[in-house]
Amino acid sequence: MSGIAIKNLNVWFSEGRDRVDAVKNATLAVQQGSSFGLVGESGSGKSTILRALTGLVPTWDGHMEAAGETLGKKRSASFHKKVQMVFQDPYASLHPRHSVDQVLSETLGLHGYKDIEARVSKLLNDVGLGPSFRFRYPHQLSGGQRQRVAIARALAPEPVLLLLDEPTSALDVSVQAEILNLLTDLRTERNLTYLMVSHDLAVVSHMCERIAVMQNGEVVELMTVQDMRAAKPKQSYTRHLLESALGYKRQEFREAGD
Amino acid sequence: MNILDVENLWVRFPTRSDVFDAVRGISFSLGKERLGIVGESGSGKSMTGRAILRLIRKPGMVTADHILLDGQDIMAIPERKMRDVRGQRISMVMQDPKFSLNPVMTVGDQIMEAYSLHANATKAETKRKAMEMLDAVSIRDPERVFRAYPHEMSGGMGQRIMIAMMLIPDPEILIADEPTSALDVSVQTQVLGIIDRLVQERGMGLIFISHDLNLVTSFCDRVLIMYAGRIVEVCQADKLHEAQHPYTRGLLNSLPRLDEPSKRLEVLKRDPAWREAASVSGSVSAPA
Repeated sequence: MSGIAIKNLNVWFSEGRDRVDAVKNATLAVQQGSSFGLVGESGSGKSTILRALTGLVPTWDGHMEAAGETLGKKRSASFHKKVQMVFQDPYASLHPRHSVDQVLSETLGLHGYKDIEARVSKLLNDVGLGPSFRFRYPHQLSGGQRQRVAIARALAPEPVLLLLDEPTSALDVSVQAEILNLLTDLRTERNLTYLMVSHDLAVVSHMCERIAVMQNGEVVELMTVQDMRAAKPKQSYTRHLLESALGYKRQEFREAGD
Repeated sequence: MNILDVENLWVRFPTRSDVFDAVRGISFSLGKERLGIVGESGSGKSMTGRAILRLIRKPGMVTADHILLDGQDIMAIPERKMRDVRGQRISMVMQDPKFSLNPVMTVGDQIMEAYSLHANATKAETKRKAMEMLDAVSIRDPERVFRAYPHEMSGGMGQRIMIAMMLIPDPEILIADEPTSALDVSVQTQVLGIIDRLVQERGMGLIFISHDLNLVTSFCDRVLIMYAGRIVEVCQADKLHEAQHPYTRGLLNSLPRLDEPSKRLEVLKRDPAWREAASVSGSVSAPA
């Protein structure tokens, strides 16, 4: 099984009086080859789950399995090959003084590849940026192009599992459509498994088959995309999120006023 | 009667080799309504809002045939007089409260300052007015918030405080530049509700700048769609889904939808002709 299995995961930050429980007793499973969405408001712990998976947060307990490995305090080199992450802000996740070529060659080098030349140009082609982008710096790229570079970097070690942390929330809708299409194509071509975090329910419903709704660090509801589209949530919180996602309703200001 | 009438507005920025036109000759008017301006990043929507308040700094250049506020051309008045317009007659709420509140002043002092700059009132009255305003933006514990500093506030509360501060001098026009983009969806509806209620109660004009098509359709009365510094289409918000221009159509189709699943999203193909097409006028001849 090379999907993700998380059982009773707790993640916290700092100790004693300042302790914040960011994720409480979360349990979820992602099938290999499927796409799973985590939704919730800021501070609900959705990104923290991704960070705990990749080993960016050391303070957690519970059971985590990803890409066929049971995760401990340290991650193996093979884990980092199989699991990669794409971050939210393409403006912040690329080194401003490294060219696209440097970004990708460094990643490939770290993962021990020898045929770096050929791989860099193949990666650029795969994400739809021709060879002309190879020696550009991030400031010479648009937001969408940067996010393509970030995706190329994540694909460099040929992962089986991609963790996507709000990959399109910093982009315009027209560019968002391009990136979402690219992610869909890559998933079919490479049989990838996605775990995607987003606050945009429409984006998640487009990309994912199953969805977990989080609130205050807890998974409050697990549902299929069909249930979500049919607006059949079991929890009132999920219904509230769905209603907010559908746009502004005039009469709502009375509720807000009390 | 139109509160605001903008004719042939240009915003230009000189670059090393050339002059960049951020807004290219747009015209529109605003009555007592909620007017939405939508477009992608770089379409000139925020620049339009700033130009109305003459907030564009040198070397940026703003030119217009006129910007009439109740019949008075604010392009022609001196900078000193402009201060009486800003805040008092036209206010602006920006995107992120974190960057627009003063971090070293208490919330109460900031709101009181906004009021006392424009009104001749005693301290006690100013305070009473500020408390009233905090209450109007649905802040539960105004006493505590009054004494708090901005870092003690959540994003949604910060934005409500901004709105309180902007509305306390009772302006005729409120320009809201992506007021809810930095907020969570559920807080977003609440903040929009407050803006909506206050605008209705006070009979103000609202210019709502946003990149979110769905939001603008459900919130505004009339929408201007901007592309490359020009208005490409004007339509009634509830008829946005019947929009004609290929750019508007493209934007609408590129959105993933909860109610209609699709295998692939449509990708917007940009036509160079859109850039060259003349700006559509967003003016409504008064009275309608």
